[in-house]
Amino acid sequence: MNVNSLIFELSHQGRAASAQAPKPVSEDKLGAIPAHLRRQEKPALPQVSEMQVVRHYTNLSTKNFAIDKQFYPLGSCTMKYNPRGANRAAMLPGFLQRHPLAPESHSQGFLACLFDLQEFLKEVTGMKGVSLTPMAGAQGEFAGVAMIRAYHEARGDEARTEILVPQAAHGTNPATAVMCGYKVREVPVNDEGDVDLEALKAACGPNTAGLMMTNPSTCGVFEREIEAIARAVHEAGGLLYYDGANLNAILGKVRPGDMGFDVIHMNLHKTFATPHGGGGPGAGPVGVSERLLPYLPTPMAGKTDDGYKWLGEETLPETIGRLSAFMGNAGVLLRAYFYAIVLGREGMIRVGEYSTLAANYLLKRLQDVGCTAAYPDRRASHEFILTFAKEAKAYGVSAMDMAKRLLDYNQHAPTTYFPLLVPECFLIEPTETEAKEALDEFVDAMENIMREAKESPELLHGAPYTQPVRRLDDVKAARELDLVWRK
Amino acid sequence: MSNIPTELRYVSSHEWVRLEDDGTAYVGISEHAQEAMGDLVYVELPEVGVVFAAGDESGVVESVKAASDIYAPVAGEVVAINERLEDEPELVNSDCYGDGWLYQIKVNDADEVDGLLSASDYAAEIEAE
Repeated sequence: MNVNSLIFELSHQGRAASAQAPKPVSEDKLGAIPAHLRRQEKPALPQVSEMQVVRHYTNLSTKNFAIDKQFYPLGSCTMKYNPRGANRAAMLPGFLQRHPLAPESHSQGFLACLFDLQEFLKEVTGMKGVSLTPMAGAQGEFAGVAMIRAYHEARGDEARTEILVPQAAHGTNPATAVMCGYKVREVPVNDEGDVDLEALKAACGPNTAGLMMTNPSTCGVFEREIEAIARAVHEAGGLLYYDGANLNAILGKVRPGDMGFDVIHMNLHKTFATPHGGGGPGAGPVGVSERLLPYLPTPMAGKTDDGYKWLGEETLPETIGRLSAFMGNAGVLLRAYFYAIVLGREGMIRVGEYSTLAANYLLKRLQDVGCTAAYPDRRASHEFILTFAKEAKAYGVSAMDMAKRLLDYNQHAPTTYFPLLVPECFLIEPTETEAKEALDEFVDAMENIMREAKESPELLHGAPYTQPVRRLDDVKAARELDLVWRK
Repeated sequence: MSNIPTELRYVSSHEWVRLEDDGTAYVGISEHAQEAMGDLVYVELPEVGVVFAAGDESGVVESVKAASDIYAPVAGEVVAINERLEDEPELVNSDCYGDGWLYQIKVNDADEVDGLLSASDYAAEIEAE
C-alpha cells in the first residue's frame, strides 16, 4: 500500500524546526499555575524538521479526492464549489482583526455587511425577519423549533406536544424536535416521493405543534402538495418548519415564505460559499414569518439613524435568547454576504436553474446507460436518487461496490445508502458549477461500471485498485474505533 | 429466500418472538432484517425493568450504512438483555435467531404472541416488499 507514515513515525529524538518553535516560557510566567496542574513530562509531539513537515503534509494533500481535482457529486449536501473571491473578501484584514468585543462604532463596516445579509436572506426566502446568530445547521434547527415552542407557550397553548416529520425529511429533524422536548410523529411518503396527504391530515390535530420538512425533499423531488400541506398544518394550529438543506435547488425561483412556511433555517455553509465537508465552522441563520418575529435569537444587526447597532434583549424582550457568546461565525457570514453580492438577483436565479438543469441532464443520461431512477416519473430537483437494487439481486454487486469502482475512474463517489427509504441507492448532486464535459465523463464511467457489474462482478467487489489504499474495512473501523496514536 | 423458522412469530417491522413456557419471550430481528442492514456495528438495547406497549421503540441496531429502530412486538416488561451484543454486535448477523437475540420480555398476554404473523405470513410480507 502506498500510504504515508504517520508524522509521529517520522519523529527523531532532538530534531526540530527551530525557526518555528515557540519560545520557552519563563518560570515566573508559570507561577500562576499550581504545581500539581503542571505537566511533568514533555508532550509526545513529533520531532521532525521543517522540510519533513512540509513534505509530509504536501504528499498527503495530493492524495485528497477533492472538488479542486475531481467532479464531486456529493454536491451542496456536503460541499459545492466555493468561489475563491468570497473567501478572499472575508479575509480582508479589517474583518480578520476586528475583535468580537470591539464597540459598535469600530464595527460599522462589519455590522453593515451583516445587516445587508439579513436583508438579502429575507428577500431570497420570503421570510419577514432573519437572525444570523446560529452557529451551524443543527443550532439553526434548534433555534427554529425553540421559536415554535415559544410561540405556543406565549399563547398558553400547551397541549401541542408533537412535531410531525415526513419520512423524506432531513435526518436531523426528528433529533431537533426531541431536543426541544417534542414527541416525533412520522408521516409516510408515497411511491412518487410526495408526502401522503391523507396520512398527514389524519396526523394533524390539537397536539400538533408543527411540521418539519425539507423541500425539495431528501427524495430529490419538489413536494407538489406543499400548499395543501401548509393548509392542513395551519388549520390544525401547527406551524411549518423549513429545513434549508436543499435550498440550492430553489434559489431565486420559489420562496419558502411564499409556500407558507413559518420558520426556516439556512445552511450558509452549504449553499453560500463556505466549505462544509470538513466539519468546520458553519452558519445556520433562521428566518421567520410575521408571528414568530418576537422570538428571533439575539444578537441581530440593526440599522438606525445613528448607524448600525447590535440588537439584544432590550429590543426583543421575547427572544429565545443568545445561542453563543458572540454573533455566529463571522467568517462564514461574510463569505455568504460576498457570495450574495457577487451573484446578485440574476445570479441567484441562475444557481437554482443551473443546479437543477445539471441534475436533470445527468439523470436522463444515466437512465439512458441503464441506471434505474428511484422516482422515474419525477423531474429531479438539484439532486436525484438512483437505485441499484436490481443489480444487487442479479449480479451480487452493491451500491458500495459501484461507489468504490467510481474512484478508479477518477470520479468522487456520490452519497451512498441515503436516504434510507431507497435500497442500494446513490444520491447524486452535480451542482451549478460543473461543465457539461464533466457530467459526460461521469456518465461514461457509470456506463462502464454498469457493464462491469454484469460481466465481471468480482472486479467491482475488489475496487478500488488505483487509490493509495484499497477497500477499507469500515465495519472493523466502526467496531474497534482507534484514533489515538500511542508510542 | 431467507431463513424464517416456523416455530417463531413475527411482526411487519421484522422482529421475531419466541414464547417460552414460563410466560417470557425472546425478541430478535429476522434474517431478512439483518441482511438488509448489513454488518452491525452497534446495538442499543432497553434497560431491564422497562415496560413496553406493543409497537414501542425498544432499541436501535446500527450498521455502517444505516441505523434502524427496533420495535417491541408485544407488550410486557424487559427481564433480560443480551449483554454479549455490547462487544459482539456481529452475533446478530451470524446467528439472528440464536445467540443474536436482543432481549427477553415478560409478556402481559401470551395470546398476543399467537396473534402475530406466522412464518408463512411474514414470508409473504417480505415477498411483497
